[in-house]
Amino acid sequence: MRASQWHQCLCHPGNAYTIWPPEAGHCPTPGGTQGPLHQLVCVRQQHSHVDSSDSQYDRLYPGHIPTNPIQKVLLAVGSGVAALQNPYRHDMVAVLGETTGHQALTALRDRMKGDPEGCTVLTERPRIRLSTLDLSKMASLPDKSFGREYLRFLEENRVTPDSRADVKFVDNEELAYVMQRYREVHDLLHTLLGMPTNLLGEVAVKWFEAVQTGLPMCFLGAVLGPLRLSSSRLGPLVTSLGPWAVRNGRQARCVLSIFYERRWEQSLENLRQELNIEPPPLTVMATIQKAPSQS
Amino acid sequence: MKFRFNMAASIRFLVRRMVRDYSRNINCSVSCQIVRSSCPLNLSACRCFSDNAENKTTHFGFETVPEGEKTERVYKVFESVAQKYDLMNDAMSLGVHRLWKDMLLHVMNPQPGMRLLDVAGGTGDISFRFLDYVRSQEERVARRVAQANQTPSWQEISTSYAAPGQEEVEPRRSRAIVCDINKEMLKVGQQKADRMGLTSGLSWVVGNAEELPFDDDQFDVYTVAFGIRNVTHIDLALQEAFRVLKPGGRFICLEFSKVANPLLSQLYNAYSFQVIPVLGEVIAGDWKSYQYLVESIRKFPDQETFKGMIEDAGFFSVRYHNLTGGVVAIHSGFKLFRLLPPQRGDVPRPQSQPLP
Repeated sequence: MRASQWHQCLCHPGNAYTIWPPEAGHCPTPGGTQGPLHQLVCVRQQHSHVDSSDSQYDRLYPGHIPTNPIQKVLLAVGSGVAALQNPYRHDMVAVLGETTGHQALTALRDRMKGDPEGCTVLTERPRIRLSTLDLSKMASLPDKSFGREYLRFLEENRVTPDSRADVKFVDNEELAYVMQRYREVHDLLHTLLGMPTNLLGEVAVKWFEAVQTGLPMCFLGAVLGPLRLSSSRLGPLVTSLGPWAVRNGRQARCVLSIFYERRWEQSLENLRQELNIEPPPLTVMATIQKAPSQS
Repeated sequence: MKFRFNMAASIRFLVRRMVRDYSRNINCSVSCQIVRSSCPLNLSACRCFSDNAENKTTHFGFETVPEGEKTERVYKVFESVAQKYDLMNDAMSLGVHRLWKDMLLHVMNPQPGMRLLDVAGGTGDISFRFLDYVRSQEERVARRVAQANQTPSWQEISTSYAAPGQEEVEPRRSRAIVCDINKEMLKVGQQKADRMGLTSGLSWVVGNAEELPFDDDQFDVYTVAFGIRNVTHIDLALQEAFRVLKPGGRFICLEFSKVANPLLSQLYNAYSFQVIPVLGEVIAGDWKSYQYLVESIRKFPDQETFKGMIEDAGFFSVRYHNLTGGVVAIHSGFKLFRLLPPQRGDVPRPQSQPLP
């Protein structure tokens, strides 16, 4: 199976997001006239990036490196040690997640398939990247809308959706997409839960994700993260933020099943209600922590 | 030491050199014109020139690539691993590579005043060891001289009175030149040299082993440690080595080789293919470069074949020492005399015909 290149989906010129990987007839359209053009785009893109047809890499998806079980175990152990030694090595955290997450990813994928919107996500395979987000349009959305709040989150915390590592060691391309989606949805979760990117916010989001996804890497982060928290922050985590995150993780809909790219205009409150997520009990600022605000 | 006089080898060398020079002229013009892209549309425009370079393929690890591409891909591999190169060497070989390199110096046994060319020397391990070895030799000689001078004979005292202003003749300084095709590796080597305080007697040159930027007959010793398997045309590199060495100069190569013992071979393969790419991913964040490394080791010729290649380049008394059961081998050969270029009117004689 040839590795395919990312390309602009011509089926939905309105919201242009990249599809991964493209398959013939993946997007049913009302008109159905773009078939040959679509193929042409696929073919042209494919030729520009193929180096060697007998490469062992990129067989299932671009960036795929096949590994046997022994290598996976060694990778899991090695990346775990490396990530513990240097938590800033995000690539090691990513590798740990990929090598230990097979069962959790399968369960997640099945959960997504059981949800109609999740099914659409799995078929259309949207990706969140700066190149696909219409930033000016999102900036013009009203306050408290999901898109506007997401943009505000990106600006305030100075992060970008393009910093996520690509999936390498998952040996099933659908599960690899689920993993990639999980990584890209992480920032959106910050927005939904109202948590910043400091350590306390990240730990709260990790607790939520651990319960939601069941990925071992999330559990590891959820257990080890609090060890590095100062005692002043550990208190709120244990008393209010933590139980809130766990409770919401259990009761919320599967967050990977949501087609976020079509919901930028939706109000944040509305989306939270739909997903069964309570607003945060504490307002956690990036630098200082405020008293709980009664709404 | 048995003196091997091999007429067939020297004739073979002459023929090869003529053919090489001829085809090199073609390849030079071709490589300037071939657009290095995988798009098939461009090739049809220069199909008439393309047969030599584009149709020839070589191995890049277990992958097959066009010859023109291999040098670039190897460059990219070493560019990306340069920063963690030494750390990875220690991790992969559990520090044993230091012993291998020490053994290389022991076989070389350099004397003060020698000039070393360290090709594919990258981070400078061999050159640093060379300079240390030579310096300790110099110190030993100086100590001996100082000891002897403590009880001088009456003749020595009278000679020193006779020529009071005579300066001691400055002994010829040893020099080590590190040559590598990859600037990143050289940069890392220079930083290491600065940290170690090694400044005098060391030079850093960017160059391709297949076409060295040095004159003929320059060096006493030519070494290449773990570099020659990455060269696209090993025979060209060997011929260049022959060219830049002085008559009497020595060629020494330290390289991964074939393990003879089947049990050790299985363990070695298992370790290479299961553990090393994982180490590459965990320590350097680069799986593919280290996968290339273990594959390129498998593609390199074994001890006897490589010995034959070195002899074909014109070296004499070629022998090899296996280290760690054949995981690594040190090949060594001597350039005994400068081979004359073919005179006008000479017909290259094929090997099978006897000489008149």
